[in-house]
Amino acid sequence: MKHGKLQPVAALAAGMLFGFGLALSGMLDPVRVQGFLDVFGVWDPSLAFVLGGAVAVAMGGMACIRRMSRPLLADRFHLPMNSRIDAPLVIGSAIFGLGWGLGGFCPGPAIASLSLGLAPTLTFVAFMLAGIIAHDRVFVGRAS
Amino acid sequence: MTSYLVSLLGGALVGLSSVILLILNGRIAGVSGIVGRAVQGINTWTNAAFVVGLLLGPVVYFAAFRHWPTVTVTASLPLVMLAGLLVGFGSRMGSGCTSGHGVMGLARLSPRSIVAVLTFLASSIAAVALLRGAVL
Repeated sequence: MKHGKLQPVAALAAGMLFGFGLALSGMLDPVRVQGFLDVFGVWDPSLAFVLGGAVAVAMGGMACIRRMSRPLLADRFHLPMNSRIDAPLVIGSAIFGLGWGLGGFCPGPAIASLSLGLAPTLTFVAFMLAGIIAHDRVFVGRAS
Repeated sequence: MTSYLVSLLGGALVGLSSVILLILNGRIAGVSGIVGRAVQGINTWTNAAFVVGLLLGPVVYFAAFRHWPTVTVTASLPLVMLAGLLVGFGSRMGSGCTSGHGVMGLARLSPRSIVAVLTFLASSIAAVALLRGAVL
């Protein structure tokens, strides 16, 4: 694997940009996330612009990536091959959404906001990790 | 209005970060997947490095703007715990969260991700409506 040793450096830089983007966009604030999800109340549409901006740039990037034979630091692109729409996908997504709405945190913002050292976010991430481990113990051997 | 533009810019940076990770490492920037693999000890250094970067993001924000981003948690402690469990378990069971399915999945027009996003948007909207007492 050529340049494989640089992969953690690339991941660190990408993670930092990801976290900065989340902080800038307002995604770190559960109250704003819940305001976006509160379509039957006082709806705050601003976070739709976060997703819109992210997807637009990622689509542009995908157009370039489709012309590449392989990534710069790895042997191949690891894209999901599974295209089946099955029960775990739908049930899991529904469970995730329930937690996202109740807490106002999804995994990226939850971890990024740990830097602020707030007790509720520490608790959330601890229980999120417990949920991840609980799932992965239950479904051992499932491709992840 | 300006908050929409800032959100758009922040989102664009998240998208750019996802593209960088795919172009360089060939990996989808799905946070639940990255954290899950880091916990399992799969490709530990690279996945842990992304998580460390994620933690540094708000620090860079602080360095740039001299104030921390706003984080207001109104949920009670038991609700925070329940939400964390559901988010962790559900994102792994559904093979992704707002980043993997929401950003990269939609950008790749993956049918699985489109179904996942519609599903978690619906259930999160229902959860907030339930909290607000708008439904039931």
